[in-house]
Amino acid sequence: MSSNALPGGRAASAPILGHEIEPTVFEMSVAGRSAYQLRTTGVPATPLDELVPAAHLNPEVVALAEVSERDLVAHYTRLTHRQFSVDLGAYPLGSCTMKYNPKFCDAVAADPGLNSVHPGAPAELTQGWLELLVTLEEKLCAVTGMAAATLQPSAGAAGELTGLLLMRAFHNANGDPRSRVLIPDSAHGTNPASVTLGGYEVTTIPSNDRGLVDLAALKAALGPDVAGIMLTNPNTVGLFEEEITEIAAAVHDAGGLLYYDGANLNAILGVVRPGDMGFDIVHMNLHKTFATPHGGGGPGAGPVAVSARLAQFLPGPKATRVEKDWYDWVKPAKSIGRVHAWHGNAMVLARALAYIEVHGGDGLTRVAQRAVLNANWLRSRLSATLPAAYDRVCMHECVLTAAPLKAKYGVRGLDVAKGLLEEGFHSPTVYFPLIVDEALMFEPTETESLQTLEALAEAIERIEKRASNDPESLHRAPQTTPVSRVDEARAARHLIPTEDAASR
Amino acid sequence: MADYLPHTSDEVDEMLSFLGMDSLDQLFAHIPAAVRLSQGLDLPDGMSEPDVAEVFARFSAANQAKSPEMLCFAGAGAYDHEVPAVVKALAGRSEFVTAYTPYQPEVAQGVLQAIFEYQTMVSRLSGLPIANASLYDGSAALVEALNMASGATGRQRMLVSAGVHPHWRAVARTFAVGTGHEIVEVPLKDGVTDWGSVVAAGAAAVVGAYPNYLGVMEDMGGAKRLAVANEALFVLACDPVAAGVLKTAGQWGADVFVGEGQAFGTSVSFGGPYLGLFACSLELIRRLPGRIVGETVDSNDRRAFVTTLRAREQDIRREKATSNVCTNQTLMAVTAAIQLGWLGTYGLREVATRCAQGAHFLFDEVTKIKGVEPVSSQPFFREFAIRVPKKASKVLSRMADRGILGGLSDAALNAGGAMDAVANSERVILVSATERRTRSDIEQYVKALRKAVD
Repeated sequence: MSSNALPGGRAASAPILGHEIEPTVFEMSVAGRSAYQLRTTGVPATPLDELVPAAHLNPEVVALAEVSERDLVAHYTRLTHRQFSVDLGAYPLGSCTMKYNPKFCDAVAADPGLNSVHPGAPAELTQGWLELLVTLEEKLCAVTGMAAATLQPSAGAAGELTGLLLMRAFHNANGDPRSRVLIPDSAHGTNPASVTLGGYEVTTIPSNDRGLVDLAALKAALGPDVAGIMLTNPNTVGLFEEEITEIAAAVHDAGGLLYYDGANLNAILGVVRPGDMGFDIVHMNLHKTFATPHGGGGPGAGPVAVSARLAQFLPGPKATRVEKDWYDWVKPAKSIGRVHAWHGNAMVLARALAYIEVHGGDGLTRVAQRAVLNANWLRSRLSATLPAAYDRVCMHECVLTAAPLKAKYGVRGLDVAKGLLEEGFHSPTVYFPLIVDEALMFEPTETESLQTLEALAEAIERIEKRASNDPESLHRAPQTTPVSRVDEARAARHLIPTEDAASR
Repeated sequence: MADYLPHTSDEVDEMLSFLGMDSLDQLFAHIPAAVRLSQGLDLPDGMSEPDVAEVFARFSAANQAKSPEMLCFAGAGAYDHEVPAVVKALAGRSEFVTAYTPYQPEVAQGVLQAIFEYQTMVSRLSGLPIANASLYDGSAALVEALNMASGATGRQRMLVSAGVHPHWRAVARTFAVGTGHEIVEVPLKDGVTDWGSVVAAGAAAVVGAYPNYLGVMEDMGGAKRLAVANEALFVLACDPVAAGVLKTAGQWGADVFVGEGQAFGTSVSFGGPYLGLFACSLELIRRLPGRIVGETVDSNDRRAFVTTLRAREQDIRREKATSNVCTNQTLMAVTAAIQLGWLGTYGLREVATRCAQGAHFLFDEVTKIKGVEPVSSQPFFREFAIRVPKKASKVLSRMADRGILGGLSDAALNAGGAMDAVANSERVILVSATERRTRSDIEQYVKALRKAVD
């Protein structure tokens, strides 16, 4: 044999033989093997060194991998068998809205009439895309109760930063630059990180004993230097900020703006709109609320909608209906500029529009109702095992606590999460929000059935039983998964970020 | 009533009754009535999938600039490369498509290992040891590099070549308002950055593009020396396809490599989702933006992968994080790894070579046309700029009538920009040919351009 490469055709890793590792593509590489095939072009094959001065050519060959198509397929197919996904099973990861992603929306995005269109092609040749974008903007505004939106931001955090720059542009245009942004202590980490990048300082507002923004503390923190507040509503403990109109009035009275973090928008579709609550700037996570697949960590899309007084600051150029049935790119009068190299994550935007069109206003409302119903049923069903951090009606997700299990058996939230993996469920979000001890945040979403929720609850009850009988087994969990508990500390201590850094 | 909800109406009743409620409305009773929608959303009712497909077929039909009806010679960071069936099939597998961020590594080894392999490939193409797990697109990668430079040097002055893609520079200017960075655009002279024309003292970063957006391969030695002399980071924005044969960012001495990875397995997609490539030197690792996957072992001492150095990230460091990025472009990174696996060592070289051959053949032919002249006399790789005797947008429009997307007008790319990188920008067209363009395609192009400028 010409090399000691590992075989591509042995189905050693999961699921057939269980626990063996999957070789890397580099470990399967054999010099001289290849998979690629290119078009016959008839273009003169001038040697590269006649086209490119020697000073620019890499004297070395950059090695990638050399594998056959068959081995490439085997490798990635086996990797997919080592991966949990929504299509495989329930994914009650709180704050992430891992609902079923309709295949139809993917099919829409697979149309070459959309995905083969170059982003720099002139507007007269891309009227379909521009109309699609304008239609989506209008629908997102209808859902959020806002006046106009940008579709450029690529993800929620990009939307946040865009929103903060809009806030800054608004205050600066009024000759009233401000320096601080208020954020509840329960907020997602992206909020404070975005505030820093927006050039503001963070002032943290404590939550009260009901898990809501402490209104008195908020009022005390307000002042002429406060640019605004970023709120998630329902908040990250899954509760609706019941004093939202008082909060909005207080912030507006102080000259600040209200930013709506749309991470939890799924809970309120058709029930209440951020615009009606008094929010000025709203970002949406289309990969959550509007079911565009998350791709193992992205792509997402984070459009930002604003009230009328902020529309002139939106990023541009923006797809705009300039006359009936004709569209063009228009830069808003006082645009903050581009926040994306082109027009945003267009194929994600197309999927989201398809999802909205299928559901319509009535369907989106049912989405929120069933999401909230599922979360409350689960909260109530589990109350004896994992009590809710705040025991009352929640919205689309519930934050439960493993503190009793920890006190009784020394079994922590992380152990429960890992135990759930052995039960065939993805785990909830662990240890977030930070204000809840041993937090386990469950977001079942509207697309899981009652039978699935019951099975999830029974799995958690079995884990509780294990905790009392054999807590050690939970510290070791999971054992049935492709790999057992992963040594995260070692990964950080002894960094191996590439094949080349690994000493094989 | 079209939807994807599993509940029967009996089950809804059963669940409500379990909660001691008799209507769905009661679930929302704690929301102040003053802000609740009384009439529902102002949107039409839902439609069935086949009905919605009709709507989208109309959008699709109204896009004239689609393949195969129109031959694409447009580039500027978005290239029409071959994406084979095998890459589409593997990258489209729902285990990759419908997973979330790998927060539970024991059930996410598929994505984690694919990203580890991707990081290895980006590291090799960049010639730098550390690559992250992806950013939104090339422009986002540039912005993160500037943030890294300001963190590393404590300075705000960014010298950015006007050879960097105009849209990337525009994005950098937008975000500089928040970070307080001073973006100094360094002009081009005959397509080459005139580094000597700006004051370099106090620079945090020196940013070049290789090849630059006009296609020109600049000697990056001067930029590197400028960065060293001023203790600034040297950031190089590279075309990753060209990186298959050209000197790597690392060989030019770059501290940070950024790039647009769309060319690896993702269609032009009207601009997104794309793939922000990011790599850097070892010294900068604690300032790395976004996720990185590392190799480790599981409790049974088997090889395993996990996201690591998490203490830099927003969910832990909050306002002191190195970046706010959370969701990135993982699926595009996995796709890139698969495409590069398919191409392999020699396939990528072949694609890069054929792009250069196509572009040079096209260049030689179009510059024979009377009134069409090159914008720069400098060596180019796979893209070049021509000046035409009429307004570029008019010329491109006439070429479109003959089924040719003839490139991009420089004036449109630079619209609203701080400066024009070339003279008579409104007559300049940026042209590119990928390995998918045949000799016959190129001959059609030449014919269409000849008619259009006539």
